[in-house]
Amino acid sequence: MGMTMTQKILAAHAGLSSVEPGQLIEADLDLVLGNDITSPVAIREFEKMGINEVYDKAKVALVPDHFTPNKDIKAAEQCRFVREFAHKMEVENYFEVGEMGIEHCLLPERGLVVPGDLVIGADSHTCTYGALGAFSTGVGSTDMAAGMATGKCWFKVPSAIKFVLKGKPEGWVSGKDIILHIIGMIGVDGALYKSMEFVGDGLQHISMDGRFTMANMAIEAGAKNGIFMVDQKTIEYVEAHSKKPWAVFKPDDDAVYDEVYEIDLSKIRPTVAFPHLPDNTRTIDEVGDVEIDQVVIGSCTNGRIEDLRVAAKILAGRKVKKGVRVIVFPGTQKIYLDALNEGLIAQMVEAGAVVSTPTCGPCLGGHMGILAKGERAVATTNRNFVGRMGHTESEVYLASPAVAAASAVTGRITDPDTLLKAE
Amino acid sequence: MKAKGRVFRYQNNVDTDVIIPARYLNTSDPKELAAHCMEDIDPDFVKNVKPGDIIVADRNFGCGSSREHAPIAIKASGISCVIASTFARIFYRNAINIGLPILECEQAVKGIEAGDEVEVDFDTGVIKNLTKGTTFKARPFPEFMKKIMAADGLVNYIRAKAEE
Repeated sequence: MGMTMTQKILAAHAGLSSVEPGQLIEADLDLVLGNDITSPVAIREFEKMGINEVYDKAKVALVPDHFTPNKDIKAAEQCRFVREFAHKMEVENYFEVGEMGIEHCLLPERGLVVPGDLVIGADSHTCTYGALGAFSTGVGSTDMAAGMATGKCWFKVPSAIKFVLKGKPEGWVSGKDIILHIIGMIGVDGALYKSMEFVGDGLQHISMDGRFTMANMAIEAGAKNGIFMVDQKTIEYVEAHSKKPWAVFKPDDDAVYDEVYEIDLSKIRPTVAFPHLPDNTRTIDEVGDVEIDQVVIGSCTNGRIEDLRVAAKILAGRKVKKGVRVIVFPGTQKIYLDALNEGLIAQMVEAGAVVSTPTCGPCLGGHMGILAKGERAVATTNRNFVGRMGHTESEVYLASPAVAAASAVTGRITDPDTLLKAE
Repeated sequence: MKAKGRVFRYQNNVDTDVIIPARYLNTSDPKELAAHCMEDIDPDFVKNVKPGDIIVADRNFGCGSSREHAPIAIKASGISCVIASTFARIFYRNAINIGLPILECEQAVKGIEAGDEVEVDFDTGVIKNLTKGTTFKARPFPEFMKKIMAADGLVNYIRAKAEE
């Protein structure tokens, strides 16, 4: 029986010539990731195992990004605990404030993940690296601890859903709109336990930043991982960012899929997920009149340079609606610097936005922009669960950077085209 | 291994943000986490939960973040078992890894209401609704998972293997 991309990567890392869905395997890990929330739990479990060193100092990455710069004393203690462990274990990929970024923006930028890799991370959005043709998936802290200790992890081999992308997205439509459209179509458990595999001619029209956004949100459909076919764009990205050896795994012609969806990208409209689930989607044409208090542009989903370019393009020369708070979070220090050098930061600040240091911040209701009771935010983040960004009676609407920026100007959820035409 | 207790009943897509809101993740102390368990979906849960009680929910329980704090908070609150139609996959792994018993059984979920007294036998997968006098059968854990559960989690399991 033919294998999917994911199955091939899992087989190669388990030393097997083939695997099939449902099979339990133990596989070798190329990278184990943790952040300031999940690592403290993992480190305590690691210490209980009675093992004195991590399996490979170059293959562990610790990124304090959630409650950093330390939001309170407890967060500071958690970060110190992670820092001390990193130093003691001589972890090569520990990133302190000043060199850090949001983990899933940072690791690809640093060349730590390449095509064909098998990565686990104690963060659900670890699936982001599927954009590079790697198998990567979120796990909990105990799996992270076991991974750091042994360099191995057990997996149940997933079946897959294939998404054949065709056509070219129009206007402001981005990776965010495509993945929101897909989640709206299959639901928040539509890919539960499965891989989402993205292939087809339409891929050539989706940038690497757009692919990171799409793979990032595979978890919002319940998927084990999302993975993209490697093409010229992937190879250019990897050669520009990494010196690690890499391998391309293509699905077999006779690979078996649970379902196959053909998606015409030219038909997708800017899409918004209404509270309180990412599958509660509407096209921008169906949104109606939704007044907002806050706009958040950034996160591991949409904090990359292309996202900031789009937001700045719309905000440049315009003003944020009085009474609306706009908070921008570049994903990494490099993205921040690039945005500074390109003049994007100045354009956004002149429009009335504030620009923060990289942090997960308000995305998970941590700090730097929490919502009060009854407040509404448009966010380029990934989840709009009850209480996700603050009070349980606040609301989060998920959208692309273009829609978020246009909404910042009008104070209500807005199609960027409508904004531009009205002027 | 058996569990017996009164049921807290929830619907589809109970996410990790409502199981343990991120604002409490500046600690990983199980007792502190348990004090806020289910707070954003059921503010009375913490007041009413007793050791041995059981959570029953519909589809996709534990969706969202990878925070192991979610099953830790549930376990530390005294819950002995979670039964759902399906679990989000990271939550499923985490629960097994920390030794919180969980079972997938759609029939049982449909036949259990809030407040019912339920007994679960993890070796056989048999779920009894003592209030209604009905019995259901879930698939029991595979052998390697039983070993992890018997060792009270993956860490002890690995330590035991290392000592062999």
